[in-house]
Amino acid sequence: MSSTFFTASPEWRWFIVAYFFLGGLAGGSYFLATLMDWFGTEQDRPLVRLGYLIAFPVVCVCGLVLTVDLGRPERFWHMLVQSHTFRPMLKTFSPMSSGAWVLLLFSGCAFVSFAAALAEWRAERGRPNWGILRLGSPAAPFGRLVSGLGAILGLYLAGYTGVLLSVTNRPIWADTTLLGLTFLTSAASTSAALLILLGTWNGLSRDRLHRLERFDRSALILEVLAIAALVTSLGRIAAVWLDGWGILLAGMVLGGIALPLLLDWRPTEKRPVWIAPALVLLGGLVLRAVIIFSSDRL
Amino acid sequence: MAQPMGFYTDTTVCIGCKACEVACKEWNQLPARNGGVGVLSGDSYDNTRQLDGTHWRHVKFVEQFSADRQDGRWLMMSDVCKHCVNAGCLEVCPTGAIIRTEFDTVVIQSDTCNGCRDCIGACPFGVIGLNPVSGTAQKCTLCYDRMKVGLEPACAKACPTKSINFGPIADLKEMARARVGQLHEAGENRAHLYGGDETMLGGLNSFYLLVDKPEAYGLPPDPRIPSRNLKPSAFWSTLGALALTIMGVFHFRERGRRDV
Repeated sequence: MSSTFFTASPEWRWFIVAYFFLGGLAGGSYFLATLMDWFGTEQDRPLVRLGYLIAFPVVCVCGLVLTVDLGRPERFWHMLVQSHTFRPMLKTFSPMSSGAWVLLLFSGCAFVSFAAALAEWRAERGRPNWGILRLGSPAAPFGRLVSGLGAILGLYLAGYTGVLLSVTNRPIWADTTLLGLTFLTSAASTSAALLILLGTWNGLSRDRLHRLERFDRSALILEVLAIAALVTSLGRIAAVWLDGWGILLAGMVLGGIALPLLLDWRPTEKRPVWIAPALVLLGGLVLRAVIIFSSDRL
Repeated sequence: MAQPMGFYTDTTVCIGCKACEVACKEWNQLPARNGGVGVLSGDSYDNTRQLDGTHWRHVKFVEQFSADRQDGRWLMMSDVCKHCVNAGCLEVCPTGAIIRTEFDTVVIQSDTCNGCRDCIGACPFGVIGLNPVSGTAQKCTLCYDRMKVGLEPACAKACPTKSINFGPIADLKEMARARVGQLHEAGENRAHLYGGDETMLGGLNSFYLLVDKPEAYGLPPDPRIPSRNLKPSAFWSTLGALALTIMGVFHFRERGRRDV
């Protein structure tokens, strides 16, 4: 038996599942917005704005659920500042410590881009604007610097949560080194799905969403490969998934990856566009719940 | 720095009296579980069940009997934090609440801990737990407050059979090796030390004399430091991030340049 089975559970439950899911969406949406901002066309502007407008509120919720989950929420700042000396608190080799800093820095970038996206949106509608909001505009060098940095931090935020789980001694989590990769690919697919979903609700035509859908398909293929590699890397330990959690994981792969791929492959006019992205989003949430809870009970 | 101090627990002389558990609870003013209402576990004489935030000592009872109970033995062991030289909890703690003291022991500062619980999952022995009263992660401090004034930890003081031995690590190792030799001479060839050298997490400052494989006592056979996974995990994640970036550029790139 693996030595990881002799350890105690940190009892990370729904707040942490929510954080892992929302952190992936915030980081992933920002990353996609930056890519479309830098390499896309004027036609992509509504999606770019949408990505930036999503990232900031979602990352705020991330900070909130993380704080609420602490045993002593009023001491959340101890993650960033040494409570005795008031010096910065950073351990680069502790994913939770570096993750706390990344969350803070990413929030800063997300705020600047959020403000710029808001300014752009208002300007497009001919409404009066506040000059300060335009500071983060992609046309300005500062805005470009912020979006580039934010995209890197967003990727970190989307993937470090898996690394954090592996850098413990818990069953499943510490028995593989592919959780970071799995969460990262899932963050990419769920973020693309969220943008497609919100884009559709905002009246964007299928033509405008086409490239995002193509990206989502590629991300889903990467994700399923990552999950297959993850299960393989667990070796005999994967047998712990021969239960309800394993069935849920298989259901996630079928319903949250295979089915959306199939639906995208054969699009019809009759079928609403939102079905495939909604399944991808649900799959991303289920994936994180399975990873967290299937270890928790061991 | 003072010399490294620790525990050597000789499980062969433990009688399961639980005086160590009681002394630990009393000295450290640890709250009772379930409002003090006793609940029988049904598992031998063990109603403590585990080490956690309010149980820093735990006497394990292992019954090894044949089906007809004509042949068998008891294994009893007072478990505690191992105060690892390479401590996983200390490594991951994001607040700096977990420190190494001048006695080479590992202590959680309760006024700094914010209850993130990363250390609980990182401990290879499942020693740490959240204390519901303080809302912080807690475990054995090796009675740091008592050591500071030259006293031995409460559990070692209370142990009536000298199963729990406290002292400088070098002296304890010498004592333990002599005891293993004595047991081997007496025909107990299964006797061995668990964590008695540097091969296990750089050495355990609380190590054990066992007469069965570690798993029989609920101890991991191969405890490891959590950071072993950091570099490979970071490598695969970085590779994934690069793949997604290339894929994204490929998908979103317009032929030629975007009109600005």
